[in-house]
Amino acid sequence: MYDVVIIGGGPAGLSAALGAKKKGCSNILIIERSEKLGGILNQCIHNGFGLHTFKEELTGPEYAYRYIKMVEKEEIPFLLNTTVLSISPHSVTYINEEEGVRTIETKAIVLAMGCRERPRGALNIPGDRPSGIFSAGTAQYLTNIEGKMPGKRVVILGSGDIGLIMARRMTLEGAKVLAVVELMPYSSGLKRNIVQCLDDFSIPLLLSHTVTKIEGRKRVERITVSAVDEKRKPIPGTEITYDADTLLLSVGLLPENELSRKAGITLSPVTGGPIVDNSFQTDSDGIFACGNVLHVHDLVDYVSNEAEKAGESAALYALSDRKPSKKKIPVSVFGLARYTVPEMIDEDTKEDTTIRFRVSNVKKDGKITVRVNGEEVISKKKRIMAPGEMETLIIPKRILEKYEIIESIEVGTED
Amino acid sequence: MERFELTCIGCPLGCLMTVEKNGDEINVKGNTCLNGERYAKEEVTAPKRILTQSVRVRDGVDKMCSVKTSAPIPKDMIIKASETIREKTVDAPIEIGKIIISNICDTGVDVIATREVRKKA
Repeated sequence: MYDVVIIGGGPAGLSAALGAKKKGCSNILIIERSEKLGGILNQCIHNGFGLHTFKEELTGPEYAYRYIKMVEKEEIPFLLNTTVLSISPHSVTYINEEEGVRTIETKAIVLAMGCRERPRGALNIPGDRPSGIFSAGTAQYLTNIEGKMPGKRVVILGSGDIGLIMARRMTLEGAKVLAVVELMPYSSGLKRNIVQCLDDFSIPLLLSHTVTKIEGRKRVERITVSAVDEKRKPIPGTEITYDADTLLLSVGLLPENELSRKAGITLSPVTGGPIVDNSFQTDSDGIFACGNVLHVHDLVDYVSNEAEKAGESAALYALSDRKPSKKKIPVSVFGLARYTVPEMIDEDTKEDTTIRFRVSNVKKDGKITVRVNGEEVISKKKRIMAPGEMETLIIPKRILEKYEIIESIEVGTED
Repeated sequence: MERFELTCIGCPLGCLMTVEKNGDEINVKGNTCLNGERYAKEEVTAPKRILTQSVRVRDGVDKMCSVKTSAPIPKDMIIKASETIREKTVDAPIEIGKIIISNICDTGVDVIATREVRKKA
């Protein structure tokens, strides 16, 4: 019988394991599908990781290396090349070449499977179906891990961070990036990436544009983009056609929750991740979630921080007979806030609660407000909020303790 | 006098700044904080960037090894340095931090490994 089994050996899984260990768990197992620990960080060779966690700028592989060394130092066991087939409260079934199919018992489970890229099929771009169309993450894998160039003349659809990073990467490997095309009137990528990945190399960013035609028999030959109106419909007559051999798609990330769904865990329709309380426990007893499987983050530093907490909670659950109180207060949103994680707060919580959320639109000179039983308890001025940047706020336990009975907690934005 | 238009990268606000440079005198407009002014001055005098890339590996368990410049290098050297790194092949094993190319393009900065690559058994 394990104390805590962690599914996924990326940044969330590694940090969750260290959190569980810190709280005194000795019987922990990390299960990783690929041949290496570190997850997506292994292919994110650019720098900018770790400013919060280590107070220095590291590349993805360096950030992963530090966590892997910590896990090795703590002698936390892990399985590689092992795929989890199913989970249920207190048991995990996996498959690998050595053991075949095996079911293990565990007191607690931490879901840390990460996310995957939104595929082309979800987008319905008209045109031919030639080779030369890649998700940005696949192009990143080919370039950085396999040492193969996906193409020479490139158009990128979507200005999320991976798309921006790949615009620079392809340029540095000798390709010509013709344009980055964004449907929305703003980029969902970080400002520094727009400056350092596009402006530095004079790569045009076409906002309020989309790809309207893909041409090519065997390989992509031409890509046409058009401006879109406020309803995101292409405007005839605005077409620009590029002689391109490659289209990269950076059109969003989706938490990878097949296992959670099969186990009957309730997922949020907004984040695509499990609904959790402030201990990161899902609505399935003893199953916790953290990292990008819970909701997509911008910074790995936030993933590590959140996952450590989830690992600690899983350990406390595994090591004590105390079951958390059944009374949980839902957190609702208003204004531009789209969702919160956690979605519920344990009424008897003994700790400050960190709330993370995203807004649905750019907001200048607004406020973040928290209300308990309809009464305003926190109001924080924000000069700018944007969909691409996750907001974080802490509800101190002393605020919640003041209330005998809490009926509602609301988090949102105001003018 | 020279004029530059810059977007600040300090925070999501992304202030559009106009910088006027007159010899040693630099005037920044459009910024809303001191970090913006500092960034703008550095960008118009000596912009620098860390360069990250990967090199081919011989006899390693991995085909590629990721690398970075150990310090920021002048922005106008980025393309030239990237062409040099692109041509490089290294023998495994490689430890993290190992110097892959010393003094790249006479910048006085080394290119170092950002991952370890073990030798193929």
